[in-house]
Amino acid sequence: MSNKTKLIVLSIAALSLIMVFLFTDVKGNWDYIFRSRSEKIAAMVLTGCAIAASTVIFQTITNNRILTPSIIGFDSVYMLIQTFVVFIFGSTTLTMMNANVQFLVSVGFMVGFAVLLYSILFKQEEQTIYFLLLVGMIMGTFFQSVTSFMQFLIDPNEFFVIQDRMFASFNNMKTELLLVAGIVIALMIGYIVSYIRYLDVLSLGKEHAINLGVPYEKTVKRLLIVVAVLVSVSTALVGPITFLGFIVANVAYTFLQTYRHSYLLVGAMLFAIVALVGGQLVVERVFTFSTPLTVIVNLIGGIYFLYLLLRERKAW
Amino acid sequence: MVEVRGVYKQYGGKNVVDNVSITIPTGKLTSLIGPNGAGKSTLLSIMSRLIDKDRGEVRIEGKEISQYKSDELAKKISILKQSNHIAIRLTVKELVSFGRFPYSRGRLTREDWEYVEEAIRYMELEDLQDCYLNELSGGQRQRAYIAMVLAQDTDYIFLDEPLNNLDMKHCVQMMKVLRKLVDELGKTIVVVMHDINFASCYSDYIVALKNGKVVREGTASEIMSSGVLQGIYDMDVHIETIHDKKICVYFA
Repeated sequence: MSNKTKLIVLSIAALSLIMVFLFTDVKGNWDYIFRSRSEKIAAMVLTGCAIAASTVIFQTITNNRILTPSIIGFDSVYMLIQTFVVFIFGSTTLTMMNANVQFLVSVGFMVGFAVLLYSILFKQEEQTIYFLLLVGMIMGTFFQSVTSFMQFLIDPNEFFVIQDRMFASFNNMKTELLLVAGIVIALMIGYIVSYIRYLDVLSLGKEHAINLGVPYEKTVKRLLIVVAVLVSVSTALVGPITFLGFIVANVAYTFLQTYRHSYLLVGAMLFAIVALVGGQLVVERVFTFSTPLTVIVNLIGGIYFLYLLLRERKAW
Repeated sequence: MVEVRGVYKQYGGKNVVDNVSITIPTGKLTSLIGPNGAGKSTLLSIMSRLIDKDRGEVRIEGKEISQYKSDELAKKISILKQSNHIAIRLTVKELVSFGRFPYSRGRLTREDWEYVEEAIRYMELEDLQDCYLNELSGGQRQRAYIAMVLAQDTDYIFLDEPLNNLDMKHCVQMMKVLRKLVDELGKTIVVVMHDINFASCYSDYIVALKNGKVVREGTASEIMSSGVLQGIYDMDVHIETIHDKKICVYFA
């Protein structure tokens, strides 16, 4: 099967799942159901694309297939912002705040954090990408500790508001943000397209990329900012869910067996849509909402992660 | 022409490359020799813009390398380091086709594929071209990387220990290929060499480094004298002439 055929098969699978999700098991007011379901689908497609693209790019830049952008602490920055708002202003502010404003503030902070990290990294040219990961990991842990500390101090009722943000959920997403998020993600993906050939070369590693004429520092810096924006948008939309990226990126590598990012990115995005829509179908129709989708994603992701770790060890 | 002028590079307060100025002769095969830690690889990486210098200038055809656009420079110089690890699964042919990236941006034309096939033929990799890199032996992989550099078709080629991992036969073959590139195609090649006798037999010009400084430079026969080599390596060596080639005997 050629890679084009594989992508067509995947697209058909994704579309059929979307159709099943939209048009089966309709009970009650059709207009209302259709509207709420299309919003969910839109959120899942946007989140799926953002997470898949950010993970594939991040793994290409770091030349490492078991990392996700969450390793440099984007999720913890998001949680810190949410907790901080509740801690200082109380939960009513967080729930009453204009969704778009809150969204832009969160995205702004996360991108700011990313830029700060990269400027540390690129100030000294000898630093490798692993230095960035290390600094990111330490800062991520620090933010987590600060977040937990604040969570201990606040009123338990207020804590529920935060807890609600801690787990990704498509039943409880911010539909008001769909338009803004959609525009931002479309812009980012458009930007990635112009870098798609550089990405192929970047997967050979830094020295080969420089040898073959990729302006390395500039390209990596820009791509990392794109990753930061994509992660921020998807996190602000539904909450932290980056384990998904790890699964879909690796499934796409195995399924497509190519180094070409034009295929890999599309494949990973389609897998993400299949996983999210399929997962949500299972959550809604089989478990009747008793389990959140993230729990299922993390369970499957965790098992797959262990499997890859063990296999990698054997390969060396 | 490659000119290096007053280049310094410091790591942890120590000058790894210390005020080096050399001119690489065009259309010749130049070897960089010297003991471990002499700064050969660092100098090569600086000349090929893989790492930045702290001070000084590297000019290629009269223009400082930092003034070039990345893609423009990639059509003029190519560099291959001694350890190459690629995280993705690639066949030999796919790897070699990456060499055409500066010209084709990944969309290879018929002409690009001709370069790729020629490079594969040059390195005698026809039988292996559809094998994956991780299935090859170290020496075969090394030849595949060299083929990629050949496909890049640059006037200046920098190689960091190209004989690494190669057996006797393939070492000789590699050096003959490099010779051919210089003699027939007029390329300028700079190699970091550990085996002094390969440097003696196949290179035109030798630059000897020690503690980050250039200690001697000259034609191969000038450098191949026991006095000079003893100064560079701090050990007793004898030079014998066998079949018109100066061979260094250093097995004490």
